[in-house]
Amino acid sequence: MPLENRRSIRRGDDLMIRSELIEKIAEENPHLYQRDVERIVNTVFESIIDAMADGNRVELRGFGAFSVKKRDARVGRNPRTGEAVQVDEKHVPFFKTGKLLRDRLNGYEGT
Amino acid sequence: MSEKTLTRMDLAEAVHEEVGLSRNESADLVESVLQHMSDALVRGENVKISSFGTFSIRDKAARMGRNPKTGEEVPISPRRVLSFRPSHLMKDRVAHGNKG
Repeated sequence: MPLENRRSIRRGDDLMIRSELIEKIAEENPHLYQRDVERIVNTVFESIIDAMADGNRVELRGFGAFSVKKRDARVGRNPRTGEAVQVDEKHVPFFKTGKLLRDRLNGYEGT
Repeated sequence: MSEKTLTRMDLAEAVHEEVGLSRNESADLVESVLQHMSDALVRGENVKISSFGTFSIRDKAARMGRNPKTGEEVPISPRRVLSFRPSHLMKDRVAHGNKG
């Protein structure tokens, strides 16, 4: 499909959820119990969150990198009242897409 | 706190410890998780992992950009970008874990 037509695609129902991911991996690994596949998939995501909660980065070449960004304290405003409010410094999760995945999303399948 | 960078190997090690599979097989399974997520995204599917976050594909329209060095106008072709929206659980754990 030409790239310029992609913008109009509706993909509201095109969604993969955790249980479908587990199902696919279970199908490919019939020697594993389903509950072990669940533990494996959950461990992957848990480990990424644990790492970020400890202030670490998780770099998954080709897929992307998860890191923690610091947001400085600032004076915000209550949008309803216009009143100034102090917003404390905080840390937020951040994901940067890897080059290989970014290229694949745009139709370059080369390695 | 000194910042570390974890890789696939560390995730495989966690799977090895949690489930007791060999390190090799654990590494293959970690790869498989990433591969299935990537394939779904490339097919144009969003990937929603409850209590982790949502990866979604957005289409960016073509626009004119500018070479910041030369000032020359250059067309930027339409492209697909991936954005990640962390779950509340992830945001809370990252905020609390990095406090102070």
